[in-house]
Amino acid sequence: MKKFIKKNEFINLLKDEMTISVGGFLTNGTPEKLIDLVIESKVKDLTIICNDGGFEDKGVGRLIVNNQVKKLIASHIGTNPYVGKLMQESKIEVELVPQGTLAERIRAFGAGLGGILTPTGLQTIVENGKQVLEVKGRKYLLEEALGADLALIGGAVADDYGNLKYSQTMRNFNPVMATAAEIVVVEAVKRVSEIDPEDVITPFPFVDYILED
Amino acid sequence: MNEKEIIASRIALELGDGDLVNLGIGIPTMVADYIPEGKHVTFQAENGIIGLGPLTEEETNIVNAGGMKATIKKGGAFIDTITSFTFIRGGHIDVTVLGALEVDQEGSIASWIIPGKKVPGMGGAMDLVTGAKKVIIALKHTNNGQSKVLKKCSLPLTAANQANLIVTEMAVMKVEKDGLHLMEVHPDYSIEDVIKATEADLIINDVQKMKGVN
Repeated sequence: MKKFIKKNEFINLLKDEMTISVGGFLTNGTPEKLIDLVIESKVKDLTIICNDGGFEDKGVGRLIVNNQVKKLIASHIGTNPYVGKLMQESKIEVELVPQGTLAERIRAFGAGLGGILTPTGLQTIVENGKQVLEVKGRKYLLEEALGADLALIGGAVADDYGNLKYSQTMRNFNPVMATAAEIVVVEAVKRVSEIDPEDVITPFPFVDYILED
Repeated sequence: MNEKEIIASRIALELGDGDLVNLGIGIPTMVADYIPEGKHVTFQAENGIIGLGPLTEEETNIVNAGGMKATIKKGGAFIDTITSFTFIRGGHIDVTVLGALEVDQEGSIASWIIPGKKVPGMGGAMDLVTGAKKVIIALKHTNNGQSKVLKKCSLPLTAANQANLIVTEMAVMKVEKDGLHLMEVHPDYSIEDVIKATEADLIINDVQKMKGVN
């Protein structure tokens, strides 16, 4: 049986300056209750890893609007004008990463690799400051592994053992982020007693805690 | 047909039976509306769908790559981001259609940033244009009278030398090793009109009337 965690116990895990990865794609599959609790905790100077900047009233966008985020690592911030505003005022650092590269950097960390080689971003400003390596006559960018102190996982159907599968397109970044953090906390959209072993997407050893309903 | 419909309907003719296709936001999304009957095309959405179906108003946890509520076709699959970009970067997508701010005669594409003005980010676009077998750029020929089809992109690139075909409301242009070939011109315009509206150097041999437009 997996350890279920109460709201206040989750809040006790949070610290200033933490790096937190948050699942979801334009907030589809983002754990909104866990974000509520991060807001409630008032922790600050966070580094957030997420596909995008969410919306001003939804997803990680709420943490940004609440000025809890020092740095955002994401592939897209166009849906949250507040991020652009903070960038202009130099109140937030934004590292834009191609979506496939972001996913693979996280995968590399979870898989114990130092980084990945990708052709994505060659001859663009994404290449700046990075090593270009040649393998079998083709050029690649060296992109470093990216892990987090804490991963917040959403969109999950969780069983009593802590195994997860995901609802529809809520899967997106959630399975890979669950492999690449010191502590992994899940907010389930649905609870079941047991998931068929053939259907498990995230096996229970990746999961540390599931938020109690 | 309006300009967007002309571009979308022309691009639809480029998709082959059995192709796996990723459509970007905006005009590219409209391409799905013009697939000829009897042709089977599977759409991939980079957030994690093989077999993307039409939009829906019904309650669902399915969204497309623009975050809009959508559906999945029979025989489709939900996938995670890693698998999605394995399709995209690994050369398993036959065609990707993307909008752009600028495109040039060498096939370089600029679509994700106007420095100091607008910084939406690249999303999945850099991976898509790097990994797809065929890259089609859908864009209006001009913006406030200024050509968007250039000798050399002025904005930061999404990728260098990756566009294969450029479709605007005026023309279809193909990027080849020797330069940009003018292939087709919309019947409302002459070849001279297209040359005037295009900053890029166009190679003109056998120009046809644009297919798929009324």
